[in-house]
Amino acid sequence: MNQAWLTILKRDLLLAFRRRSDVATTVFFFLMVASLFPLGIGPEASVLSNIAPGVLWVAALLAGMISLTRMFAADFTDGSLEQLLLAPQPLAVLVSAKILAHWLVCGLPVVLLAPLIGLQYALPSEALWVLVWSLLLGTPSLSLIGAIGAALTLGVRGSGLLVALLVLPLYIPVLIFGAGAVAASQHGMSAQAHLSLLAACSLLSLVLAPLATAAALRISVE
Amino acid sequence: MLIAQDLVCLRGDRLLFKQVGFTLSAGGLMTVLGENGSGKSSLLRIVCGLLTPELGVLTWQGQPIKQASEDYHSKLTYIGHLNGLKDDLTAMENLQISARLAGEHVDDQAALAALTAIGIARCAKLPVGVLSQGQKRRVALARLWLSHTPLWVLDEPFAALDTASVLTLATCISAHMARGGMTIITTHQDVIIDAQTTQTLRLCA
Repeated sequence: MNQAWLTILKRDLLLAFRRRSDVATTVFFFLMVASLFPLGIGPEASVLSNIAPGVLWVAALLAGMISLTRMFAADFTDGSLEQLLLAPQPLAVLVSAKILAHWLVCGLPVVLLAPLIGLQYALPSEALWVLVWSLLLGTPSLSLIGAIGAALTLGVRGSGLLVALLVLPLYIPVLIFGAGAVAASQHGMSAQAHLSLLAACSLLSLVLAPLATAAALRISVE
Repeated sequence: MLIAQDLVCLRGDRLLFKQVGFTLSAGGLMTVLGENGSGKSSLLRIVCGLLTPELGVLTWQGQPIKQASEDYHSKLTYIGHLNGLKDDLTAMENLQISARLAGEHVDDQAALAALTAIGIARCAKLPVGVLSQGQKRRVALARLWLSHTPLWVLDEPFAALDTASVLTLATCISAHMARGGMTIITTHQDVIIDAQTTQTLRLCA
């Protein structure tokens, strides 16, 4: 089981490395969206730091979403998804390797870049740390929940928009707790509660999302 | 032993076939015939468990395949009309990945030997995206040389292959049959494969 899981993880990372432009799209999208707000609103530090938590989290959320349709689409068209379904391992386990690869490629760069962007919004250093922690704990659940949407819309025309409609409502709790954590630390309160809830969201989706995604993939391949 | 009883396949509201049944035991070869669109590929997908039949049961060693799916999948090699190859990976990488995913342990030597057997070794280090249709097909089929599963399900394996490769592949399948394997195959070509028992299933709605 380990062998197959590692094979999938390594394959997806290798593919992402060979197609670096796809990865760059996500990262640049995040950078662009997050940088547009200071340009549009003006350089007033108090306004910027007020909107920073929400804006940065929404940007991270959208950046993660534009890459979702790619998670299974290529596997579906070239037939490797069929082989994944026929592997003698539980599909949910193999799917979790694909989701982890997606997060490493699309989620982790956003987490690492967030403090740089946060500086544009005049966030104090303590809030920057909370921002990184909140993204680190929250973005895995974005990939996990997104995988269900990606699997359900596989092979459907206009799947990009459909994924957004399916998945964005499910992202709302993560957005509220994530942005809430940063806002709390800005107002001198502890972000502990928000971060714990984010971790809970991620753990819950870690348990449920691979199973739901596996079921959705079986339906889509029929 | 693989037994199918009264399979019915609907796609949308179109009936593809009904009352299809067969028994395949060790060393048995079954050729599925029928015109385009008669449901040959759908039958093969049902056999693999990728598609659920509208009615009917399929059992492997006495157990319905839905219940024994992981065990059944470890006994099965399926090569569909899609090759399941990644254009950005080399032929070698593709072959190793698909074999490892199927639970086989392969090193570089074994993989290269398989590619040599089907005559594509000189493309081993090339990304599959630059290969021709027939070459891609051969990379996908090279998996058969690494496979130790008893049941092979092959959808049009000879399509896009040149004459020499067709013979090589037929020899490979004959060797699998001689080891007591089972094969279900669809083809439009007259290829001679040696098997202990041979049967033909003709599909018509």
